[in-house]
Amino acid sequence: MTEQVLAPNSELTTHFPEAVSADTRKGYEGFLVNPANLIEVATFARDQLGYDYLSSVTGVDYLPDNLLEVVYHLYQTTGGSGLVIKTQTPRDNAVVPSLVPVYPGADLQEREAWDLLGIRFEGHPDLRRILMWEGFEGYPLRKDWQEAYYEEDGKPFKSRWPEGKVRRAEEKNPFYKNVSYPAGFNPDTWMPDGDAALYASLNRVKAQYEAQAGGMDTDLIVVNMGPQHPSTHGVFRFVVALDGEIIAALKPVMGYLHRNHEKIGERNTFLMNMPFTDRLDYLSSLSNNFGYALAVEKLMGVKPPERAEYLRVIMAEFTRISNHLMAIGALLNDLGAYFTPMLYALAERELILDIFEAATGSRMMCNYFRFGGVARDLPAGVFEKMHDLAFERLPKRIDEIDLFLTNNEIVRSRGQGIGVLTPEQAIAYSAAGPVLRASGVPYDVRRADPYSIYERFEFDVAVRYHGDIYDRYMIRLDEIRQSIRILQQALRDLPEGPIQEGKPQYQVRVPAGEAYGRVEGPKGELGFYIVSNGKPNPWRYHVRAPSFINLSGFEKMCTGNKVADTVAILGSIDIVLGETDR
Amino acid sequence: MDGQGILKGLGVTLKRFVNTYVDDIRWWGRRYYTTEGIAHRSSKDAIGIFTVQYPEEKLPVPEEFRFVPFLVYEIDEDGKHHDRCTSCGICAKVCPPQCIWIVRTNDPNTGRPIPEPAEFYIDIDVCMNCGLCAEYCPFDAIKMDHDYELSVYNRHEKNIFNKDKLSKPESYYASIRPANYAREEQAKAEAEAAKAARKAKSAEGAGN
Repeated sequence: MTEQVLAPNSELTTHFPEAVSADTRKGYEGFLVNPANLIEVATFARDQLGYDYLSSVTGVDYLPDNLLEVVYHLYQTTGGSGLVIKTQTPRDNAVVPSLVPVYPGADLQEREAWDLLGIRFEGHPDLRRILMWEGFEGYPLRKDWQEAYYEEDGKPFKSRWPEGKVRRAEEKNPFYKNVSYPAGFNPDTWMPDGDAALYASLNRVKAQYEAQAGGMDTDLIVVNMGPQHPSTHGVFRFVVALDGEIIAALKPVMGYLHRNHEKIGERNTFLMNMPFTDRLDYLSSLSNNFGYALAVEKLMGVKPPERAEYLRVIMAEFTRISNHLMAIGALLNDLGAYFTPMLYALAERELILDIFEAATGSRMMCNYFRFGGVARDLPAGVFEKMHDLAFERLPKRIDEIDLFLTNNEIVRSRGQGIGVLTPEQAIAYSAAGPVLRASGVPYDVRRADPYSIYERFEFDVAVRYHGDIYDRYMIRLDEIRQSIRILQQALRDLPEGPIQEGKPQYQVRVPAGEAYGRVEGPKGELGFYIVSNGKPNPWRYHVRAPSFINLSGFEKMCTGNKVADTVAILGSIDIVLGETDR
Repeated sequence: MDGQGILKGLGVTLKRFVNTYVDDIRWWGRRYYTTEGIAHRSSKDAIGIFTVQYPEEKLPVPEEFRFVPFLVYEIDEDGKHHDRCTSCGICAKVCPPQCIWIVRTNDPNTGRPIPEPAEFYIDIDVCMNCGLCAEYCPFDAIKMDHDYELSVYNRHEKNIFNKDKLSKPESYYASIRPANYAREEQAKAEAEAAKAARKAKSAEGAGN
């Protein structure tokens, strides 16, 4: 694990002998950076070493050491393995300089770390809570924070076996009895102040507009879209400041579906997390399984057998196709092509879901991957179904969707030149997946940093160059075609053999250490950062969610466009709120 | 030229529209409300309407389909029921949302634990249908069901399943999952045979 980061090792430590030291804890990789020098080191890594892409920012609460650690995963968009830098700060006064000036893509992720772990990022332009609401007390991901209906630090809970007294959580802790208010707080008169701060953050552009208007008294109009807006594909809200019909500033507001997936994950055992990952991006559960399995396998040091690897790739590529079909359908819905393209896409997705149901037992919550293999082999008849789809039906149907939509004049005029993200912006804002590649950056984890057996397959990294809505639509068609190519090769080569390394175990032994497993999910780079301390439950479990981080560039895409275009732009990013809000 | 893309797109919808009737005519009378008609509509050759008119029509569930666990019991010659479950607790320990409660008992006379559980509850409101309990049960005692129509009016009364509600006979399991059942029975028979062979061998060794 550590040898892959040795190349820049000498450079970072020789250049900053005082500020940077290699992380020598057992099972850890990367470098520890002095917080005071963080910006300097990050700028050096970006400009001199070429680590221009900030993949993930997260924090870890090392309660026994009384430290909070911020972990940054950096990559080069030309490919290769990553650079991990970390910085530590005391728990009672956790302050770290913000990296937003160096990597604007850190914006939402730093807000998340502030919200859930209470790490203050000095110099962040808009450090507010993001997933929890303003006024929430405490930082839920800190190890000493306990949720309502708290039972134990880790599952399995003793009450289930051997005592086994059946109780519903709500009976144990009835409503109103589980709430305690701070002194002097009256919930009936309290008004949340969160929105005032939100609107204030939008008004930063006001002065600039007044200057443009030549001293004339102009006003920006603030419009709320969502959380119950049909374009948001769930409960997502964004607030725009409008100059006439033109968007001057925009802020995404999320967390309406927040359930603290990561805290649940830290209470779970390693295996228990597998079905929970299904519920992140519920349209592509097998891809989520993949990322999580990779991260844990990295820690455990196991590798699945050949047949399992092939099954994993086949499932992941079918997932990509079904996700992109859904994305295209939903985008066309947002453009006003009400449900005809959506249903054409859903018909094909339905056939893919039939395969998932027959092979994994569920259409959407597949829960198919295990550490060192997959849950079960293909039942009789499923291989034939896969074969028929990949070789016969899907190629024809994708061509039909192409003919149906691609040259449609309305799709073109609504899509071309709207919501543009330049390649520089896409990299800076940590955009991933189709959003990044539609902006002309041919970065695909399957090629750039191959995992599983992807280096065996022949496929092209789809790339488009305009970075607008239309290209983000086109790239999904391209990617479906490439996925079909991979599927055809994988189905052709699928070997016989075992599907699980060793005996299936429900209580896996995961050695202490950290691992970051990432896959090219349908929505972009999906990463799982896991810290284990050798116990049955992970010490830290973090999801680098593409739906969430792709929203960092949402404001850039929208500014200067008309308010009606935001709907289409959001549709072209393709978010799933289960993953955005986690 | 302008409008051509839209016209071509309309051509696609027209073709789809016509195909619906073509498929209907080709499958005259057999396309709806028949098993093979439903199978055709979810096959690679379906070109017309693919929807299924639930609840009049139902998609067949594949063998691996999983929805809410049940407990398997065996019936001996006297018609007595024997739980396969030995209340080892693995399902309760592996359950991600922790919705399984097991109560073990001891024999009142000897004080030794009885393998069969005294009580067994599953809160099916909490169950996430992941199937891990069935996957890791060493006695093939808990299995995932196929019955997905579980709506009730009062979840507080109805949705904590007790042992009575959860228990189903081995024959039911064999009927919903024939391939799995055959595989498990074969493995059991092989294990038995191996055990018998070992026993015979050791007896032989003792005889010598």
